Amino acid sequence: MNRDLISAGDLTRDDALLILDTAEELARVSERSIKKLPTLRGRTVVNLFFEDSTRTRISFEAAAKRLSADVINFSAKGSSVSKGESLKDTALTLEAMGADAVVIRHAASGAPHRLATWVHGSVVNAGDGTHEHPTQALLDAFSMRRRLGGLDGRKIAIVGDVLHSRVARSNVLLLHTLGAEVTLVAPPTLLPVAVDIWPCAVSYDLDAVLPKSDAVMMLRVQKERMNASYFPSEREYSRRYGLDRDRFAKMPDDAIVMHPGPMNRGMEIAAEVADSPRSTIVEQVANGVTIRMAVLYLLLGGDTA
Amino acid sequence: MSESRAVLEGPDIHRALTRIAHEILERTKGADEVVLIGVPTRGVTLARRLGERIEQFEGVKIPVGSIDITMHRDDLRQGPARPLGRTDLPPDGVDGKIVVLVDDVLYSGRTVRAALDALSEFGRPAAVQLAILVDRGHRELPIRADYVGKNLPTAKSEKVKVSLRETDGRDAVILRKGDAR
Repeated sequence: MNRDLISAGDLTRDDALLILDTAEELARVSERSIKKLPTLRGRTVVNLFFEDSTRTRISFEAAAKRLSADVINFSAKGSSVSKGESLKDTALTLEAMGADAVVIRHAASGAPHRLATWVHGSVVNAGDGTHEHPTQALLDAFSMRRRLGGLDGRKIAIVGDVLHSRVARSNVLLLHTLGAEVTLVAPPTLLPVAVDIWPCAVSYDLDAVLPKSDAVMMLRVQKERMNASYFPSEREYSRRYGLDRDRFAKMPDDAIVMHPGPMNRGMEIAAEVADSPRSTIVEQVANGVTIRMAVLYLLLGGDTA
Repeated sequence: MSESRAVLEGPDIHRALTRIAHEILERTKGADEVVLIGVPTRGVTLARRLGERIEQFEGVKIPVGSIDITMHRDDLRQGPARPLGRTDLPPDGVDGKIVVLVDDVLYSGRTVRAALDALSEFGRPAAVQLAILVDRGHRELPIRADYVGKNLPTAKSEKVKVSLRETDGRDAVILRKGDAR
């Protein structure tokens, strides 16, 4: 494994399987009465969050604490970033404090990559702009593998705002590595320009893709990143690309529904679909802690000199 | 050049395990409260075999489990992060039980130390005992085995490898001469 986790595309098949297998063993830790392991005692993990986040930050914090690492949380609000400090100076400050790993979320694509050149510790990308979110892809793959039994040859549809989604990109790269067949489904305006070089198929027709999918991952429509009108109205988007009860009925009986959260209920996913037993949405959150424990263990558990 | 020879063959291992099974029954007065817990990978296989024998001899079914010690090792930082083994404790847990830890080779004692730490996260056994197929000496911690298949005097440069049918195709304990330094 590399020292950093910046892109899901950097993971070889063996790396990815090692992370998933490690997570499989660690999942049992959260079923115990004592949920803590001593493995990362004396290591410091800094959560550096320049963008709002609830589940990812809490998830990384819980993961680090279950491995006995010291956790320092840093959010841009109320820090010297609001006084104009640059990313580099923030990084050097963290370096001086002896951070063994920096978990970074940033609105600018590529920020974790830059950060990795400035600090000695491991850098874990927790979402950078519209680029990547590798631990989300890992936890999605983990959730799918647990529900579907395996990923080789499985058909996965990723539906919605692909253009603004770091989750989609990371998932396409990782699922391809793991042997799944991914189809992106979105209106043409919400697909990135270079999508034809991604290792996946593309469709504009959700109704055609649903009946042959083993898993359907719905993406949030990211209004906060939309600076133009990408579709005529929310109602029209929801009609054509939302997963409602009727569409849900067209899916194979054992197919699962996923969503990285936070959801817009009624927009990309109907409430009753989100709450159905075939939805893995709550599981994904629990699996998030497990997969992040696995990543932190594999990056920091060994010799990091 | 390194040479290797088998110090125990299949029948020897069979006899050693049979004796240990009898000793466990004797020491624990019928093995009623005994839980056998193996250290992955080969300790688990040995624990299963011991459990089968005790059942044959006295008709009591002994719970068998495994405990992975990777996260409790004291040498984790001396190499890349290691893949994890399986931890699988019997459903009744270990509280108040007599836990017999089972491993293939006892060397520095550090694995056993880690296993004791890992075990304490699952409960408080009434007692913990240690069963080992080969004790090769060179202890670095104050740890000793309660049940020993064979005491095997070795040099530190030598390597001891336990092969078991289930994982390696045949039963044998191989001693390989190390390179002279």
